[in-house]
Amino acid sequence: MSLLEVSHLNAFYGDMQALFDIDIAASHGEVIALIGANGAGKSTLIGSIAGTVGSKTGIITFDGEPIARLRPWDVVARGIAVVPEGRRLFPSLTVEENLLMGAYARHKEALPLKEIYAIFPQLERKRKNLSTALSGGEQHMVAIGRALISNPRLLMCDELSLGLAPVIVQDIYTILQRIRSLGLTMLIVEQNVSRALAFADRAYCLQEGRISLEGRTSEITHEQVSNAYFGLKAGA
Amino acid sequence: MSIWIDSILQGILLGAIYALFAAGLSLVFGVMRLVNVAHGDFIVLAAFLALWLQKLFGFSTPFWTLLLLVPLMFVLGYVLQRAVINPALTENVLRPLLITFGLSIIVQNGLLQIFSADAQKLQGGSLEVVSFALPGGLALGAFPLLMLAISVAILGGLQSLMFHTRLGRALRATSDDIKTASLMGVRTPHLFSIASGLALATVAVAGVFSGIRASFIPTNGPDWLIFAFEAVIIGGLGSLWGTLAGGIILGVAQSIGAHFSPGWQLLTGHLVFLALLMLRPRGLFPRRTE
Repeated sequence: MSLLEVSHLNAFYGDMQALFDIDIAASHGEVIALIGANGAGKSTLIGSIAGTVGSKTGIITFDGEPIARLRPWDVVARGIAVVPEGRRLFPSLTVEENLLMGAYARHKEALPLKEIYAIFPQLERKRKNLSTALSGGEQHMVAIGRALISNPRLLMCDELSLGLAPVIVQDIYTILQRIRSLGLTMLIVEQNVSRALAFADRAYCLQEGRISLEGRTSEITHEQVSNAYFGLKAGA
Repeated sequence: MSIWIDSILQGILLGAIYALFAAGLSLVFGVMRLVNVAHGDFIVLAAFLALWLQKLFGFSTPFWTLLLLVPLMFVLGYVLQRAVINPALTENVLRPLLITFGLSIIVQNGLLQIFSADAQKLQGGSLEVVSFALPGGLALGAFPLLMLAISVAILGGLQSLMFHTRLGRALRATSDDIKTASLMGVRTPHLFSIASGLALATVAVAGVFSGIRASFIPTNGPDWLIFAFEAVIIGGLGSLWGTLAGGIILGVAQSIGAHFSPGWQLLTGHLVFLALLMLRPRGLFPRRTE
């Protein structure tokens, strides 16, 4: 059985419908990429699962239990952690306090700080600094560490490489690769299609709120992706 | 010379009560960016409730009423926030402001209805007349000194709560970014209600002390709100030690003004507030990040 299953999901912002009849699934240990143009609904899908998008219909199950009606704090308590788009660190909190916030809902299951520092050694040296005093790449590490410390069963990352230098993006993905080898299930939103396809096991492409392509990343061709991405009919 | 020192000392002691008035306002503003217009009226409410509780149970001093009043006001704050203010906390900042304005009218008129417009006072007993002599013919009252100590203890306690506990960390995180805090598992409606509960718990103390210090009538609230608000602004929004400093600066300004002419007391306080607002628009101790 899949760890995460989304079926017939519709999501709305006021009168505007952002997602139409979405079906996605993620098995234990699987890495899923969500790709698609800006405004295609990738972040809305993440928000719908995380509970921050409240206006929706359809079914979302996590480990067999329905979670679509849960508020965000109850979703994270079940083991779904989010690295939000733009990091969203708490600016008046120190690095360490930011990390500890990630453990807030799951103090029983949470990892000790030293495990996070083992993954990101440079954060330990800066643990008393305000998160805003860090470089962009380090801030990403805090955001990832803050999600990991809750010891999640599903990690959702929204636009990880946005605004980062390519070298730093490479570092981040090296770290994600290590995290993945621990068996964590991941759902990643990524603008960089080749990176997404190289990293994930399966991918879903969203276009104007609908799934326009899905499949194993090893089997998806670049032509299929560009058609799904830009809305060209296959063969047109 | 000593007359100036006396003005400043009395001003510091006066400032202690303003800081006490302001503690809850500062906490709520720091956490949820909400100005509770009814804050002053809740202080008056607490004073009247202390009066009533003291009669009801026959306590020898109004300080005993705090044992009941502090938890009572905490629950009132929690329930009001959860049931009335939280649902109105949206992008529109006017809605919660109008709601607290409505609460202010309800509290004032409720008190007028029940307790009439007569001035009341809580009797602090011998503590009110004891004073310590200082060299140079100066004297400090025991009660104002106790008030200063309580004020420092409450603001210091809130400061440690905010910076050294899990709850405080969550309050600061929620204040930074409510949506992300909820993604971390913070039940933000509950947390806001705790903050309001704590604010009204400090209001209970402020009500009892101000009721012993001077007589009060049901319509004192708006004046006390102004003093509290000025203390918060002078100190810097969201900074609790700043609020203590703000209260004391306001108290000293008023006390020095009163030294020239009693009619100048309030005016001097407001002028110093305005001057500081022009020089330091974000207060003396603004939050670190902004």
